[in-house]
Amino acid sequence: MNETASAGAHHLEARRIGDPVLRLDHISLAFGGVNALTDISFDVREHEVRAIIGPNGAGKSSMLNVINGVYRPQQGTITFRGKERRGMDTHEAAAHGIARTFQNIALFRGMSVLDNIMTGRNLKMKATFVEQAIWWGRARNEELLHRRKVEEVIEFLEIQHIRKTPVGRLPYGLQKRVELARAIAAEPSLLLLDEPMAGMNVEEKQDMCRFVLDVNEQYGTTIVLIEHDMGVVMDISDRVVVLDYGKKIGDGTPDEVRGNRAVIDAYLGVAH
Amino acid sequence: MPATPALDTFPRLLLHHAKVRGNHPATREKDLGIWQTWSWSQVADEVRAIACGLAAQGFRRGMHLAIIGDNRPRLYWSMAAAEALGGVPVPMYQDAPAAEFVYVLNDAEIVFAIAEDQEQVDKLVEAMPQVPSLAHLYYDDERGLRNYEGVVSYDELTRIGREHDRANPGFFDAEVAKGDTHDVSIMLYTSGTTGKPKGVCQTHAAFIAAAKGGAEFDRLTAQDSILSYLPMAWVGDHLFSYAQWLYAGFTINCPESGETVMTDLREIGPTYYFAPPRVFENLLTQVMIRMEDASAIKRWLFRYFTGVARRCGSEIMDGHAVGFADRFLYALGNVFIYGPLRNVLGMSNIRIAYTAGAAIGPDLYRFYRSIGVNLKQLYGQTETCAYVCLQPDRGVKFDTVGEAAPGVEIKIAESGEVLVRGPMLLKEYYKRADATAESIDANGYFHTGDAGVIDGTGHLKIIDRAKDVGRLASGAMFAPNYIENKLKFFPHIKEAVAFGANRDSVCAFVNIDFGSVGNWAERRALAYSGYTDLAGKTEVYELIKECVEKVNAELATEGDLAASQIHRFLILHKELDPDDDELTRTRKVRRGFVGEKYQVLTDALYSGKKVEHVETVVKFEDGRSGMVAADLVIADAKRFPAQGRAAA
Repeated sequence: MNETASAGAHHLEARRIGDPVLRLDHISLAFGGVNALTDISFDVREHEVRAIIGPNGAGKSSMLNVINGVYRPQQGTITFRGKERRGMDTHEAAAHGIARTFQNIALFRGMSVLDNIMTGRNLKMKATFVEQAIWWGRARNEELLHRRKVEEVIEFLEIQHIRKTPVGRLPYGLQKRVELARAIAAEPSLLLLDEPMAGMNVEEKQDMCRFVLDVNEQYGTTIVLIEHDMGVVMDISDRVVVLDYGKKIGDGTPDEVRGNRAVIDAYLGVAH
Repeated sequence: MPATPALDTFPRLLLHHAKVRGNHPATREKDLGIWQTWSWSQVADEVRAIACGLAAQGFRRGMHLAIIGDNRPRLYWSMAAAEALGGVPVPMYQDAPAAEFVYVLNDAEIVFAIAEDQEQVDKLVEAMPQVPSLAHLYYDDERGLRNYEGVVSYDELTRIGREHDRANPGFFDAEVAKGDTHDVSIMLYTSGTTGKPKGVCQTHAAFIAAAKGGAEFDRLTAQDSILSYLPMAWVGDHLFSYAQWLYAGFTINCPESGETVMTDLREIGPTYYFAPPRVFENLLTQVMIRMEDASAIKRWLFRYFTGVARRCGSEIMDGHAVGFADRFLYALGNVFIYGPLRNVLGMSNIRIAYTAGAAIGPDLYRFYRSIGVNLKQLYGQTETCAYVCLQPDRGVKFDTVGEAAPGVEIKIAESGEVLVRGPMLLKEYYKRADATAESIDANGYFHTGDAGVIDGTGHLKIIDRAKDVGRLASGAMFAPNYIENKLKFFPHIKEAVAFGANRDSVCAFVNIDFGSVGNWAERRALAYSGYTDLAGKTEVYELIKECVEKVNAELATEGDLAASQIHRFLILHKELDPDDDELTRTRKVRRGFVGEKYQVLTDALYSGKKVEHVETVVKFEDGRSGMVAADLVIADAKRFPAQGRAAA
């Protein structure tokens, strides 16, 4: 729609894509005898929207899990903000401003939307346990501050109407949005989105695209997203990595990738 | 009270309130989860800044300011700012696509426009190439707009204004002093049920007369408060949230977003409330759905006490004699059910609630009155400042729209058309002298286009649009709207379109209410994939058939209308939608258009076919188009022998 298109046009002008913030070199990951990822290298630049695409089982989620430290690759190195390491540590990843959402929604179903998003602020809370328990002094001021931040995110993602609704009662599309809200609330510099549009209808997907682009533009957040809806990816990403059977088969701008023979074969299938 | 002669324009009323009740809350808005309040003196200050900013940018007396967006305080203030400069605000329907903006923007020769957010700005930018006059764009919410060129933020506008004000301190007051009560204060576009929308020019005097009449009739004071959530382009909102706001000096509350209206209503607990029948209906449907999930004892209490309320609630509210036992039960019910229910609905403080715009079902109407909500009906048009008839507190009737409001004269023409005269009439249709001359006759009566009758007690009863009232081939009267309304009174039916003019019999299209029927289906473990699928289910057809037959049974008792019983009907495969031009923006069915668009279906209704295949292009909210195809079943409905109305 025009809205997305014009927002997109403006956002390309406004944002300056910088140097690589994250580089993955020769990453290989195996589970027992199964090679999930084989010798994969690519980088992510500051402020860009970087997509990882590929058919089912291509290793997309594994790749994301390597980036934020859930999996530790057997080979290869990860360079994040100039520091080279074998694998990330999940806590370290979070502390360094990496936030993520999950393919199969990992929210606290019994808690309200507001409280769920508040958990995204967890790492930024400095008050001691005792202060928090009696809600006094630092804890009180902190909570007011965090609540304000959370309210800004709620407004940003247009979910005011479900602020106090338990997450378990929400439809799927909205739960996805709440998960994005929680990730944004952590004010990440790098946001990993695992299939943010899976299972959504056209309208929900468009909303989600707009939100992803808005986050990127408004907060300058670098975004790595996994998606298997090719159309969506091509519309909103700056560069795309294509995986198939754990191997990288393409890397470049959406147009380059679209014209790549190996990518077309992987998506459409080809007689080997 | 603000009835002294000098207070005859809205900007002067505003300054008056800033002086006499400077610290009284004038506007509230929920922002980031917290209600923010602006007092009258703060509002006056903002209006001053906006007006000076607009003037500094070249806005002159007589110019039009387009206002587009949801109900936002700054947009209401912009109206007052334009009026202060002798300009005319032109609020536009915020959910219309860019293409629809173009006509109004050009017709009103818009140079200045203020929009709520990126969505609206994008539409204006899209319309711009076709609207050569449009030069100045302002916006309220800056999200996503930081890098747009050639648009100015509200903050920047008011900054310019304050600077201008400092440099020319007497400017604003002098401009306000120049205003005349007979200047046009607002231009509201008609919904365009027929043809292109027309700009209705209303003066300060007209809207102040309407506001004054209504405020005195219902004793509105500065202590009242209202939730402003209906489109700003609609005459009703302009009367309640602007004219009466500035006349009585009460507080308007702007909800956080369109989706949070229910929560906001509960938090604010307004004393004065307006909603179209559809909203009251949705609220009741939600209550009923939630009651079905409640525990057995709660369900029993609810059933028992709504029974009591049905028996005597309205009578108690109207001050009729009611026996002691019933009074006692009603008081008990008030503690257990009515009070908590009003609280949940956000209606605990409501002193006066109005509904209008469409007919309201008698059951629905009685329900609200019986639980202690003083729901009344009113009648009016854009051309009459939404002020023709009001129902008095203790004299409501379920099937009338009330008696002539103070200062209004009503007459029924020989053709049955309702004619009105009074201070609230439009000055003219903008640039349409022909249409103005056509609608106001030599005696100064405005022709409403509605067919109605005045009953023995002076109450007006509206039957239908005058031009819609037709005849069946047999010569019997056919009032399609009347039949459609009867159908729509059922919670399962959202829209209906009746056909029958110059035909042998009446047939109808029905739109099911997706929420209500969907819920009904879920409770019966009836699986469906979407609207089209649900609408085609045999069970759903049975459900709707029952409704249609009940309508037929009612019609059978209504003399001449007995011939209008519905012979055959079908459930449409898609919801009628303003984006597809099937409804107006105020959600009235464009009967003729629908009839032509689905001619294959009307033909099938009258040719006796059992099934008809149909393919329709639909526009999605994002502006793209798609195709919906379905095989529609056409059902027959049972009809009843006519029973002459006793002694009629």
